[in-house]
Amino acid sequence: MTNTIERHKYDIVVIGAGGAGLRAAVEAREAGLSVAIVCKSLFGKAHTVMAEGGAAASMGNVNEKDNWMVHFRDTMRGGKFLNHYRMAELHAKEAPDRIWELEVWGALFDRTKEGKISQRNFGGHEYPRLAHVGDRTGLELIRTMQQRIVALQQKDGRETGDPEKNIKVFAEVTITEILKENGKVAGAYGYRRENGAEVLFEAPAVVIATGGVGKTFKITSNSWEGTGDGHALALKAGANLVDMEFLQFHPTGMVWPLSVKGILVTESVRGEGGILTNTLGERFMFKYIPDVFKDKYADNEAEADRWYIDQDNNRRPPELLPRDEVARAINSEVKAGRGTEHGGVFLDVSKRLSAEVIKKRLPSMWHQFYELAGVDITKEPMEVGPTCHYVMGGVEVDPDSAAAVGVDGLFAAGEVAGGMHGSNRLGGNSLTDLLVFGRRAGKGAAEYVKSHGENPVSEASIAKAAAKIALPFVSQGGENAYSLHQELQEVTHNLVGIIRTGVELQEAIEKIAELRKRSANISVTGDRQFNPGFHLVFDLDNMLLVAESTAKSALLREESRGGHTRDDFPGMNSTWRQVNHIASFDGEKVNIKAQPLPALPKELFDLFDVHELEKYMTPEEIAKGGSN
Amino acid sequence: MARTLKLRIWRGTDKDGGLQDVTVEANSGEVVLDIIHRVQATQMGDLAVRWNCKAGKCGSCSMEINGKPRLACMTQISAYPEDEVITITPLRAFPVIKDLVTDVSFNYKKALEVRAYEPPSDLAPGEARMQQVDVERSQEFRKCIECFLCQNTCHVIRDHEENKKSFAGPRFFIRLAELDMHPLDTLRNRKQSAQKEHGLGMCNITKCCTEVCPEHIRITDNAIIPMKERVVDVKYDPLRWLGSVIRKRDGIL
Repeated sequence: MTNTIERHKYDIVVIGAGGAGLRAAVEAREAGLSVAIVCKSLFGKAHTVMAEGGAAASMGNVNEKDNWMVHFRDTMRGGKFLNHYRMAELHAKEAPDRIWELEVWGALFDRTKEGKISQRNFGGHEYPRLAHVGDRTGLELIRTMQQRIVALQQKDGRETGDPEKNIKVFAEVTITEILKENGKVAGAYGYRRENGAEVLFEAPAVVIATGGVGKTFKITSNSWEGTGDGHALALKAGANLVDMEFLQFHPTGMVWPLSVKGILVTESVRGEGGILTNTLGERFMFKYIPDVFKDKYADNEAEADRWYIDQDNNRRPPELLPRDEVARAINSEVKAGRGTEHGGVFLDVSKRLSAEVIKKRLPSMWHQFYELAGVDITKEPMEVGPTCHYVMGGVEVDPDSAAAVGVDGLFAAGEVAGGMHGSNRLGGNSLTDLLVFGRRAGKGAAEYVKSHGENPVSEASIAKAAAKIALPFVSQGGENAYSLHQELQEVTHNLVGIIRTGVELQEAIEKIAELRKRSANISVTGDRQFNPGFHLVFDLDNMLLVAESTAKSALLREESRGGHTRDDFPGMNSTWRQVNHIASFDGEKVNIKAQPLPALPKELFDLFDVHELEKYMTPEEIAKGGSN
Repeated sequence: MARTLKLRIWRGTDKDGGLQDVTVEANSGEVVLDIIHRVQATQMGDLAVRWNCKAGKCGSCSMEINGKPRLACMTQISAYPEDEVITITPLRAFPVIKDLVTDVSFNYKKALEVRAYEPPSDLAPGEARMQQVDVERSQEFRKCIECFLCQNTCHVIRDHEENKKSFAGPRFFIRLAELDMHPLDTLRNRKQSAQKEHGLGMCNITKCCTEVCPEHIRITDNAIIPMKERVVDVKYDPLRWLGSVIRKRDGIL
């Protein structure tokens, strides 16, 4: 087999062609290095296109009081102070530059009257902060990045005669293994989905930008690609995953018809004034404002409504609480029997905005409900319920360089990286996360390659990686990958979902281990030619590792915080806030250890009112007043 | 609610293939892509289909359903009468890889041929000022999800393989129009290059592309026709023609 494989040599391989991967590739190419971009889908189809609401950056175009410090505070609050402070700081500081840079590359955001980039309100953000294009902001971002890559290719074409000389997209290629030699990254191995042909990338640095894990769950807003590939590749390469217990269930996914269950309904609907009601007609969110947010959110309808006109003298409507709060509230309403027959609640924007404005500001939502559910959102409410949307946990990285802790030459950015969002991500922070840390990963990888040089791959490593790809065709075990995937989704949905208990998590861990045993016996029908059953074998292996990491981390965390709710430990606990869970893989199973969360340095500590910090921190931490 | 559906799915490769009859259960509210997934999971584990978001936003699951170019994720089963056999075939304008998956690399080659956006050299980040009404024209074209249904249905491409070399197709005419109408793009000859390099003249505005666009972009009316009109204006207006010769620029602004 080894003599027929396709071989490529690059300075850097980027796995994933969403916002983070493309931004990393652009940065590395501009630093003068050669880059391969490898993705499972066609170029430009990555899950980033699904981002609707916008990209959070404190440009201050709509409210000039906004700045990076306010954004930093909002991000930390949203994450319940479990965020890696340095990532939240870098993100808040650099986000505006990353948005403006997109504009220089051709992006066309919606405008303010003065002709600046318009910014919209979103959950957890104190000021209107999300740069947007209607409700298709992710598409704008990915297309701009895609066209930036094409621009760089055209430049190379003019200068060298070969547009793909220094930056090339390998579409529809799955990476199955990150190769290491002498303890350092040496490349990546995979196969072409079109025909199963194997591909070797020799490169001293690999950037993982593979996005999320949603397909591990039954009801998700994620596309098929969200199978935790990067999480699993990193684990297998010896890197760590941090805080995998934290999963964001977006409060508003479609619930009906069944076939579209889970598809996202953008938070912009609430940002534009949409209200949530139960079947009794109650605007129930007023009942669910947690103590830590009582001074920032209106506790009555009149004030909430006034906020849309006068934000300086009124508190925000509780529909705009961070996502974890809204998702839990909807879950409680449905459980209490006040939900719709399809297990959702009502989200209505038709009473506040005219049909014309709705179609202009929320065009794809109008489209989506009209064509898939037969609902006209300019006249009727939508039915919505929680859907697995985003994983806060991910590869443990150095915030400044995006280098994975523990593996030289490995970098990670975007959803696959952990730390930035703490226990819960604010809407709009993802798109700027991709850009800020995508750029940093590209830069970090470029600097690493310049100082470390080549690290050739041995034939032994290639043979080992090739054998793994051949295995499903050799195996006669008879297990079906599709059924195992469904069984896994049932386990995660029922036992590791939005509300968890110790007993159920323990059961989940045992069931996942059982599924992993059975997955060794998967056999595949057909041949290597574009064979989805074959492709699923590798995706499933990744999802099993992710699910195991999540269930084990969740069992250990005996508190409720952000995207991790324990029925048996309902409160938030200041001592637990000081703990990160670090998952590693020993080749057989995932192991979790506790590790202290880096403490806020004094200058960031001082950005907060100490009384607010008292709600999250222990008296000893408050007395210390920051780490230096 | 459930119904039994009769399908004919094209299976094969670039060498040979044909329609295969399939019977499968369907639930109310399901779309064609759901049905294909059920067939995949229960009857044909290796049935090839491209898809991603299943929400009409990524443009991956383009195929022909009863001969009509459509996104499988946005095509409701309920749109077809109970007794109708639904025929699912791959896009016809592009070479088949396997089953419902085609080789759409033609489009990526064409994307590489359209000169990139060129901002003013002195545009500092954050300094751009544009009015909403001015960005909206290009924004319409930037809604494109690159499903390539317009490329597939355009008879200039579909029926004449030999045209592929010199004809970029509707998707790239809207890209050119988008750049042409972009308030900050400094390249002044977008329309002329649409005509000279990308085959705009071969389009005879039958509007098939507009009809199949799942984003409802008015490809013909808002992109192709305005560019054609301006190209013609300059070509046949003696004064503007003279201006373009004397001042050594194309005169189409």
